[in-house]
Amino acid sequence: MSRLLTSRSAFGMLLIAALLIALPFVAALGGQAWVRIVNFAILYIFLALGLNIVVGYAGLLDLGYVAFYAVGAYTYALLASPHFGLHWPFWVILPIGAAVACVFGVLLGSPTLKLRGDYLAIVTLGFGEIVRIFMNNLNAPINITNGPQGITLIDPVKIGDFSFAGTTQIFGISLSGPQKYYFLLLALAILVIIINLRLQNSRIGRAWQAIREDEIAAKAVGINTRNLKLLAFAMGASFGGVAGGVFSAMQGFVSPESFSLIESIMILAMVVLGGMGHIPGVILGAVLLTVLPEVLRYGVGPAQMAMFGKMLIDPESLRMLIFGLALVLVMRFKPAGLWPSPERKRELTGGS
Amino acid sequence: MSGVLLEAKAVAKHFGGVKALRDVSLSIRRGEIYGLIGPNGAGKTTFFNCMTGQYIPDGGGFEFDGAPLAADAPHQAAARGIARTFQNIRLFANMTALENVMVGRHVRTAAGVLGAIFQNRATRDEEAAIRRRANDLLHYVRIEDRAGDLAKNLSYGDQRRLEIARALATEPKLLCLDEPAAGMNATETGELRELIDGIRKDGTTVLLIEHDVKLVMGLCDRVAVLDYGALVIEDVPAVVQKDQRVIEAYLGA
Repeated sequence: MSRLLTSRSAFGMLLIAALLIALPFVAALGGQAWVRIVNFAILYIFLALGLNIVVGYAGLLDLGYVAFYAVGAYTYALLASPHFGLHWPFWVILPIGAAVACVFGVLLGSPTLKLRGDYLAIVTLGFGEIVRIFMNNLNAPINITNGPQGITLIDPVKIGDFSFAGTTQIFGISLSGPQKYYFLLLALAILVIIINLRLQNSRIGRAWQAIREDEIAAKAVGINTRNLKLLAFAMGASFGGVAGGVFSAMQGFVSPESFSLIESIMILAMVVLGGMGHIPGVILGAVLLTVLPEVLRYGVGPAQMAMFGKMLIDPESLRMLIFGLALVLVMRFKPAGLWPSPERKRELTGGS
Repeated sequence: MSGVLLEAKAVAKHFGGVKALRDVSLSIRRGEIYGLIGPNGAGKTTFFNCMTGQYIPDGGGFEFDGAPLAADAPHQAAARGIARTFQNIRLFANMTALENVMVGRHVRTAAGVLGAIFQNRATRDEEAAIRRRANDLLHYVRIEDRAGDLAKNLSYGDQRRLEIARALATEPKLLCLDEPAAGMNATETGELRELIDGIRKDGTTVLLIEHDVKLVMGLCDRVAVLDYGALVIEDVPAVVQKDQRVIEAYLGA
């Protein structure tokens, strides 16, 4: 029985691996834009899973998550662009970006330790805005962030002589820039999934969940809630920082505009819509919320033209309309998310 | 090793003008079941909360196992060996019974984030030990067949048992039970009594706050009575039962 199961799951894994490898080439049939969309979907999976640690596991409602994403992105941008004339390799900057974001995470975490629920949400929301406004205004008296113009000509990711920008030939296969980034992002996403999974069923993960469920009881069994909350903030922030760094390199350009409040809300919506604290749910949420709007964008305009011969509704506004409606429907009919975690009965009663 | 496990020295606590505790001094000896009773609002739970660090006392302090207890850190109380249950059950509702007990092992284990991520040998062994011990404890309080159920789906009596199992998971020297028999029928109370007696026999000192006077008098080695935040008497049940002040406190003079 168990042998059958393992061989079946091995087959499933192979199938998923094959699909994931084929994906950027299939997407490329619709143009490189679709490869970029897939890349963003994975980037958002990464971000949503980082936020899942804070919101899903530890139960700390964080509406300013995009601040860490911004910190990571700007760290990369400043250390690998002509702006300061620095061109450090990405494998040096990425950990620095994670560390800087981590420091910001602790900075946000320490004054908010005693807050919960709505109050915490308001403070984190403010924090996110503060970071964005700083990015917007730190061009005087010393020009650090170049203000609203943002930073351009950011170095792409490079490993040795292998650059992730432009098209290269590997084993006779032509790989475009976005396709190369796809594989980098995929590797990072798999890494963050493994980390999430392993944390979930660990001493630390259980302690986070205990804090989420009942902080007073958690303290009573000896959990140092202060340190563990800070740890959750710090870890979530580091993931945000790494995602920001990759975003920076992939786009070649960052500006404060990319880190608005709506980004935070979207990432949180991915976690909540998919199923808080449940990894497959969060992944589903991230994919849906990145890909569906694009499908609408590309699908609705032509569909209207075909049906009515003219554009009745601007696809962009329709996108927000449908997004809002979808949120309301999910909250009404599936309040635990689209794919919430099962009660884990089998898993726990069986093993000793 | 001295015979006294916990000593309260003139503990005082007030909320605004209300004096919830007036210089309460008492001592709990190793290996006994110690009862703390008193009418509603006498300050029993306040005393409890001061001891376990939920409240900071306004005066006095506690000595536990030969050293003073830090006043403001509940998680340290657990590390020192004081575990508690709550009057209004506080379980981790959306975690399974087994996970609830596993959380109780937190304070006696060490794996960190890196251990969790890299799953090194020490972490895997520790995790297996946590799981084994948690299963044993569920067995001990006789709810092993509910291990995989979410805590919120357990019956009231089982939730009480689960809370005790979680407290025992921290390997306490002193187990404090805040009205464990509240809302239980006679059969359940009888089973609870056996359980508490068994815990003491296995070497854990028990502090019992209870309304059920019959349970307290039958089970406890010594009893303290609080009234209006002050200690009325601390003695063996036979003496306490006959004390005029206690009768007055309970029946009203």
